[in-house]
Amino acid sequence: MKIVPLLLFAIIAFGVPVFAARHNEYPVSTPPLTEGIFPCSNCHAGMEVNAKKRELKDEHANIKLHHAENDRWCLDCHNPTDRDKLKLANGDKIQFTESHLLCGQCHGNIYRDWKVGIHGKRIGYFKGGERVYFLCVNCHNPHDPKFKSLKPEPPPIKPERKNGR
Amino acid sequence: MEDRSQTRRDFMKMMSMGAMAALSLGSLSCTQARVEAFLQKHFREMTEAEKKEAIRRLEETYFRKYGKKFHISTQPADAAVLWGYGLDLSRCIGCRRCVYACVKENNQSRINPQLQWIRVVRLKDGSLINLENTEHYYNPEKVPEPGFQYMPVQCQHCENPPCVRVCPVHATWKEPDGIVVVDYNWCIGCRYCIAACPYKGRVFNWGEPNIPPEELNTEVHYLGNRPRMKNVVEKCTFCIQRVRNGRYPACVEACPTGARKFGNLLDPDSEIRYIIENKRVFRLKEDLNTEPKFYYFFSA
Ligand code: SF4
Ligand code: SF4
Repeated sequence: MKIVPLLLFAIIAFGVPVFAARHNEYPVSTPPLTEGIFPCSNCHAGMEVNAKKRELKDEHANIKLHHAENDRWCLDCHNPTDRDKLKLANGDKIQFTESHLLCGQCHGNIYRDWKVGIHGKRIGYFKGGERVYFLCVNCHNPHDPKFKSLKPEPPPIKPERKNGR
Repeated sequence: MEDRSQTRRDFMKMMSMGAMAALSLGSLSCTQARVEAFLQKHFREMTEAEKKEAIRRLEETYFRKYGKKFHISTQPADAAVLWGYGLDLSRCIGCRRCVYACVKENNQSRINPQLQWIRVVRLKDGSLINLENTEHYYNPEKVPEPGFQYMPVQCQHCENPPCVRVCPVHATWKEPDGIVVVDYNWCIGCRYCIAACPYKGRVFNWGEPNIPPEELNTEVHYLGNRPRMKNVVEKCTFCIQRVRNGRYPACVEACPTGARKFGNLLDPDSEIRYIIENKRVFRLKEDLNTEPKFYYFFSA
C-alpha cells in the first residue's frame, strides 16, 4: 500500500511517523508526543488536579510556556478529568489528533487557511491516494509556537572565474 | 559535441562494415544502442510502439551505465489539468531544503557540474523590486535573518515560454498540462533557451553528470528526471513523474514551513485556485507577457 513508502519518507524527512487518523474530518499526521508520555492517564489517573500556575519541577520540566502565558495555564487546553483528551473553550473534549480545533479557537484566519490547504503543509497524494495534513503541532510546539530558525543548506558553489573575468 | 560526432563516426563505420545485421540480435550491444539512439525520432513524433522500444533501449543503457533497474514512464498529460504553483513569500525562510530535495528527486548532477533547478534569492526587506540587493550565496548560521526576505526561483512554466520559441530543433516544448519539458535525446546543447529564459530557469550539463549511485532515483519520467548526459539542458518539470501520478512535487513536501503549494488551475476546488482568488498574488516580470504559472503570494 501507498502508506508504507509515505511513512518511511515521512520518518526520514521529518522524523514524524505519519498515520492517517480516520476518526476525524481530515487525515492528519500523529501529534509529536514525547515517546512513552501517552496515555497521560497512566500517571495522572490517581493524581489530584492542581490548577495552580507554578514552575513545573519534577515532571514536564522541559515545558516552558511561551504562548500567551500570562493568560493561560495547562488546564485551559488539557482536560482536567479525562487526562487523555484536550478541552475546547466550550468544555467539549477532543482527541489529541484533533488539536487543530483547539488552535482554531483563537487563530481563526489561519485555521481557515489551514482547512483549505494554504497554511501549513500536506504531503502524499493530492489525487488518487492518501493525503496527510500536518497538524498545527507538527510544526509549532504548542507550548512555544514561534517557528524556530534553522541552519540553511549550503549555498551553491560559485562558478570559477577564468581569464580574470 | 565530441560525443555526438563520435556516435556519427561509429555509425558510418558500422554501416560500411555491414554490421547492421547485428541489429536483429536480441540483446543490445553498446555500439548498437548508440546507433539506435542516433536514429531515435523526436519524442512527439514517436508512435506508441516506438516509444516502448526507445524506453526499453534507454532502460538497458541505464542498467549498463548505473547497474540499476530504472522504470521510465511516458505517462501523458491529463486533458483536464493545467498545473499551477504557489509560493508563500511570507513563510519562506530561505533554508534551501527545497533545493536539495529537488536535486535528489530529479537526479541532478551533484558536483562538477553542480546543477540546481531552484535558486533561493535573498532580498533586503522592503526591496522586492530593487534587485541590486539580491544574492543567492548567503550562508548565515541560521535563517531567517532579520532584515531579509527570501524568494525561491525556478522554471516558471510560462504559458508563453520564450525558451520554446528559440529552440532551433524543437527539443523543448510545452505539454498540454502546461509543463515545459526537454527531450534530452533531441537537445543539441546550443543553449539558446538558457539565453532566452528571463528567470534563469535552465541549467546546462557542462560535463558528464555526477550522481552517487546509491542516491539515484530510479522512478523516472522520459521528459523529467531520467539521468541526463553531457551537453544537454535541464530544468524544473514540476516533478512530472510525481504530479502526473497525483503526488505533490518534491519541493512542496520538503519545505518545512509549508510555503510551497501546488495544484490544478482548472479545478475550482484546488489549493492553487483558492490562493489566486483569495490572496494577493503576483508573478515575476509580468511585463514580459510570458504568463508564468508560478504565483508568488503573501498569506500574512
Ligand atoms: S524549503 Fe521552503 S522555506 Fe526553505 S527555502 Fe525552500 S521554500 Fe523557502
Ligand atoms: S517541482 Fe520538482 S522539479 Fe520543480 S523545483 Fe520542485 S522539486 Fe524541483
